[in-house]
Amino acid sequence: MFLRGETTMKKLMLGNEAIARGVYEAGATVATAYPGTPSTEITENIAKYDEIYSEWAPNEKVALEVAIGASVAGARAVCAMKHVGLNVAADPLFTASYTGVNGGLVLFVADDPGMHSSQNEQDTRIMARGAKVPVLEPSDSSECKEFAKAAFRISEEFDTPVIVRLTTRVAHSQGIVELSDKEDYRIKPYVKDPVKYVMMPAMARKRHLAVEERMARLREYADNSPLNRIEWGDKKIGVITSGISYQYSREAFGDVSYLKLGMVHPLPEKLIREFAGQVETLYVIEELEPFIENQCLKMGLKVIGKELLPVTGEYSAALIREKVLGKSFEKLNNLEDTAPPRPPVLCAGCPHRGTYYVLKKLRLTVTGDIGCYTLGALAPLESLDTCVCMGAGIGMAHGMEKALGKEKSRKTVAVIGDSTFIHSGITGLIDMVYNKGTGTVIILDNSITGMTGHQHHPATGFTIRGEPTKQVDLVKLCQAVGVERVRVCDPFDLEGFEKAVKEEIEADEPSVIIARRSCALLKGVKFGPILSIDSEKCTRCRMCMRLGCPAIVDRSDHIEINPTQCVGCELCARVCRFGAIGKAGDSNE
Amino acid sequence: MNNTNIMIVGVGGQGTLLASRILGDAALNTGLDVKVSEVHGMSQRGGSVVTYVKMGKKVHSPVVEKGEADIILCFEKLEALRWIDYAKKDARIIINDQRIDPMPVIIGKATYPDSIIEKIKAEYPNAVDVPALDIARECGSIKAVNVVMVGVMARHSEVPKEVWLDAIEKTVKPQFIELNKKAFNTGYDYAGNLLNR
Repeated sequence: MFLRGETTMKKLMLGNEAIARGVYEAGATVATAYPGTPSTEITENIAKYDEIYSEWAPNEKVALEVAIGASVAGARAVCAMKHVGLNVAADPLFTASYTGVNGGLVLFVADDPGMHSSQNEQDTRIMARGAKVPVLEPSDSSECKEFAKAAFRISEEFDTPVIVRLTTRVAHSQGIVELSDKEDYRIKPYVKDPVKYVMMPAMARKRHLAVEERMARLREYADNSPLNRIEWGDKKIGVITSGISYQYSREAFGDVSYLKLGMVHPLPEKLIREFAGQVETLYVIEELEPFIENQCLKMGLKVIGKELLPVTGEYSAALIREKVLGKSFEKLNNLEDTAPPRPPVLCAGCPHRGTYYVLKKLRLTVTGDIGCYTLGALAPLESLDTCVCMGAGIGMAHGMEKALGKEKSRKTVAVIGDSTFIHSGITGLIDMVYNKGTGTVIILDNSITGMTGHQHHPATGFTIRGEPTKQVDLVKLCQAVGVERVRVCDPFDLEGFEKAVKEEIEADEPSVIIARRSCALLKGVKFGPILSIDSEKCTRCRMCMRLGCPAIVDRSDHIEINPTQCVGCELCARVCRFGAIGKAGDSNE
Repeated sequence: MNNTNIMIVGVGGQGTLLASRILGDAALNTGLDVKVSEVHGMSQRGGSVVTYVKMGKKVHSPVVEKGEADIILCFEKLEALRWIDYAKKDARIIINDQRIDPMPVIIGKATYPDSIIEKIKAEYPNAVDVPALDIARECGSIKAVNVVMVGVMARHSEVPKEVWLDAIEKTVKPQFIELNKKAFNTGYDYAGNLLNR
């Protein structure tokens, strides 16, 4: 660990951690977010600074609204989210662009090219262009910290929210960061100013003009900003690039000329022309959309980019070498074996396994949602039918009922996690109740935000810093919106859970089953000793294999439990009809 | 282009992240530029995971490309095979002799390849295998597999042992420091015996 206040100290930091450090050094005092890979560690690290108030908000829209409020009040405020989170927060963003700020307001938005952990690979720069807010794009951890601080200055100077766009490889790579002292930022006074902050038509018309005037000033700033720089090398090749693509380009092209853009919206047209005029062949290297490239084309420049490189997936130095320079990789070995894929799986002991086992057995149509439980779509559970966005499962189940009619849609249920339900499931449920739906919603309550690495949320009863707080009671919440059939079940009580599901899908009114069992990775979750299979009792019926547990393996002549993977949850013992699965004796190890 | 490129490959949940952080911290002490690329999110749930540690005078991309790895630390045999194309011909490849079946194998849609270690050794002269799981178990916890592997690797590095132990102390939770030091030392000694064989 480093010592606070100590200068010229170097530390290896994740991009997200460096962002948090930048936020601290800038003197920001309010931070809010909903977790989402690859952005989660920004707020987790901010929460370690006592000087900054931090919170997990129920969703990104609320988070941004909190940050806007803090900014209007005069504080430097931040809000972090993944790319799809910005869709949820788009409503406040597009109008906060009109109101502008008081204290600096910065959004850290992490895109996920290659979709390591996302449902789409949308490009935040396009969203920012729509909202007419500037975008900075760091290339490594050191820039993450510096750009975070620069973002506050730009926000205040130009009276605008600023987006710092990250991508997975920047957010989740560690690099060396030099630490500086905290700026002495004093909260600005709040002055009532309805023409600036009350966006009704008469005022908003004025503010839209201010936004356009601001964009013009920002374009000028971009041409002279130290965030954008030319690195001259061999002028036969010039590369315009930004973010992680800059790093890949440096490795692939070597000592050529670079226009490295730290500010990617608005683009520095003069600087681009100056650079383009001095190089023979001009490439634009950028992941995802041809954002810079299209601007260059619009300016009438001859550039090479997406004609050689894809708009899909992540780039790499190797990809650029192959597609642009025609140098492909030659295999160094004669190994012919190919490794079978290893997709992610629900962990051993995962509560969702019990839920999906029952839903598959009942052959239900299951509209799903975003979380660990999306993995229930994969073999052998294969229970999930859909996954679109946070909260979508409930609305989609309701839509299916309205399309097919009550009887034909009886075998449909929606599943949604506890955190996701709070995020945006509750509004779908209200729709179902209000519009006389009869659907069944199963809330997979594992008492934590799982996939992003265990963050608290309003229904866990703890804050981001682990302090006890009011806990949303999911049962009462569902009852309060008009669901009369609400029950809590343990998804590992397979018989009881199956009975509950059968009863609720038969009911002619909306119903909620809260499948409650903690995430197996949570501290304090204790199972019994690990299990083993008695080969003499085992008939090899393979019922246990249907659970898709990573600990149970078929060794072709027998089925066994891998003792390094088993956590002793006993779900397999519950499905075994022959009593062949029991506690592993010492002799079995 | 004289960077040292290290990859740690394994199965989500095996502790590759912690291992890469120990490596990163040790590398920082060498005074060189360092980048460490990690994997978070969905792949961490039992999927194939890879982290990269690169060090040198100046590191640009945090990612190691095919044919560029000087060292690959393989926490699981199948993952060794999956990432083997990333190794240089003379790469030091350290393979934990542990098998974790992926779901397609478990449900019978794919087979786990035979004799992976032998095949890799036949192609790569500097490949070694380590019973890291057994060593970790003897040290007190199978969860220490990652640090056993770091210990094996450390023996092949030029970074002094104290730097590694210091990195472990800074990286792991206080209650696990002793266990992890023991795991590191046992791995380190095991590698020493391999060298002397």
